Amino acid sequence: MTYTFNETQMAELNRLVARYPEGKQKSALLPALHLAQDSFDGWLPTELMDYIASLLKIEPIEVYEVASFYSMFNLKPVGKFIFEVCQTGPCMISGSDDIIAYIQEKLAIKPGETTKDGVFTLKLVECLGACGYAPMMQVGKIFREHLTKEKVDSIITEYRATVTN
Amino acid sequence: MGVKLLLDKANVPGIRTYEVYRREGGYRSVEKALKEMNPESIVEEVKKSGLRGRGGAGFPTGMKWSFIAKPEGVPRHLVCNADESEPGTFKDRYLMEFIPHLLLEGLIVSSFALGANDTYIYIRGEYAWITDILEEAINEAKANGWLGKNILGTGFECNIHVQRGAGAYICGEETALIESLEGKRGNPRIKPPFPAIQGLWQRPTVVNNVETLAAIVPIINMGGEEYAKIGVGRSTGTKLISACGNINKPGVYEIDMTISVEEFIYSDEYCGGIKGGKQLKACIPGGSSVPILPANLLLKTATGETRYMNYESLSDGGFATGSMLGSGGFIVLDEDQCIVKNTLTLARFYRHESCGQCSPCREGTGWMEKILHKIEHGQGTIADIDLLWDIQRKIEGNTICPLGDAAAWPVAAAIRHFRDEFEWHINNPVLSQTSNFGLQHYADPIHVPA
Repeated sequence: MTYTFNETQMAELNRLVARYPEGKQKSALLPALHLAQDSFDGWLPTELMDYIASLLKIEPIEVYEVASFYSMFNLKPVGKFIFEVCQTGPCMISGSDDIIAYIQEKLAIKPGETTKDGVFTLKLVECLGACGYAPMMQVGKIFREHLTKEKVDSIITEYRATVTN
Repeated sequence: MGVKLLLDKANVPGIRTYEVYRREGGYRSVEKALKEMNPESIVEEVKKSGLRGRGGAGFPTGMKWSFIAKPEGVPRHLVCNADESEPGTFKDRYLMEFIPHLLLEGLIVSSFALGANDTYIYIRGEYAWITDILEEAINEAKANGWLGKNILGTGFECNIHVQRGAGAYICGEETALIESLEGKRGNPRIKPPFPAIQGLWQRPTVVNNVETLAAIVPIINMGGEEYAKIGVGRSTGTKLISACGNINKPGVYEIDMTISVEEFIYSDEYCGGIKGGKQLKACIPGGSSVPILPANLLLKTATGETRYMNYESLSDGGFATGSMLGSGGFIVLDEDQCIVKNTLTLARFYRHESCGQCSPCREGTGWMEKILHKIEHGQGTIADIDLLWDIQRKIEGNTICPLGDAAAWPVAAAIRHFRDEFEWHINNPVLSQTSNFGLQHYADPIHVPA
């Protein structure tokens, strides 16, 4: 598959590149990969990384080594919504284990897996900076905090509704 | 009620917008700095203020600024470290989310002091919605003449750009952050050369934490000497503390560093006591990497003095009986918490976040996690405790960047103060899976392995 940014996406890429001095366009790589991941299927296939390399005039390997280093870049297909549940100390002492077990039970998947309908992926992550509002998870751009089982239920219903409608 | 310098206006409705922020006296420090002061006199004020880096290391900011090289014809840069990732720490998030213009104001004054025209805010990738808030604030500031070319008719140009990271704790280390800003993996650089000489794109660069840069605003407005009168000793000014764990009122608090730890935990003005009326077991007072302290050593020092919420008092006794103020990430554990499990989650965190460059950290963090996992799941042996101690000692001080130390310290402190809880886990492999050691360690809290 080949990938091409549309006009809006290309304008955004140019805005990102323009922040850096002439010849330092590689600095835009992280923001460009966020843009690429958000613009297509939520993950970064090799062809898409190659496309970004060509746009930034760098070698493909320079993109691969960065994409594989940072935990927010997905190198495998993911569901439409990713539940990234924090499991580090402060969340753990506030009950994240129960929340993680409950989500696994509700969605019938294990961490790292995606539901059969392709809607949800469960990912366990390390501290997201919401320790005072624990337990918590990130879904897309949003932090869902002070999680309880009831709250998890309503969040699942909420996202599922956006798909079935 | 202590002095508030950063969050004093946090509750004013609409303070996130330029209009309200300006009406409340915002951007005065830019007027003062650009019209009445020069870069040298600003650096002098910051030195006089005694301000120490608020990211965790506590290095004097004025001194850091004075190191920046000024070669002819080479641009210099200021980089704001907003990669807040140390477990327990969420203070910068609060400041940027609710008073974004305070950070911008501090950045403009600091950029002027350093002679930097292009300034970057490197924010952790997960704070995506805060990136939008900052971009909006930058647009407002630009539209009102505080950013761009010829600010206030002085000829000074300042542009602020926000770049999102993508999930890597290591990028909070300043040279890893610079690498990341250059579009690379976040591998820390060998120092020297320090960023002040060769930083971003090999140009002289200063990297400061969000809270540090915001504190420049009150320092310029009130003067360095007045700022230094707040607080105590070398802990001048105010500090943001993000409190979390088993307390009644988790959140971000601005303190003036003269209050006691006991007051901070139990007063209704701050944490409001332990949740559910339970007992305090332990606390990690400055972000997950600093040594955990059992309750008795937290509230009083080993010599019986009251412990205060400041740099000197929290580190009183060194690592044997003290800890650190660090980033101000204050994690409270109640009587029901298991020290072995808590240490395991932190060890897992540092294993996950190790960049892999240095073998002691790459291999050692993995081994520490594995051994802790064994002990936590009832498969440990007494010799494992000594092995853990040995591994952490071999990581500390043997890596390019401080992540190695950050991974070693929590393990070392847990063994130092809670060795009997580890032993109990090992000696009770079945019982420890369903019950808790509780507060038994109080009989004899200090164990220092040879």
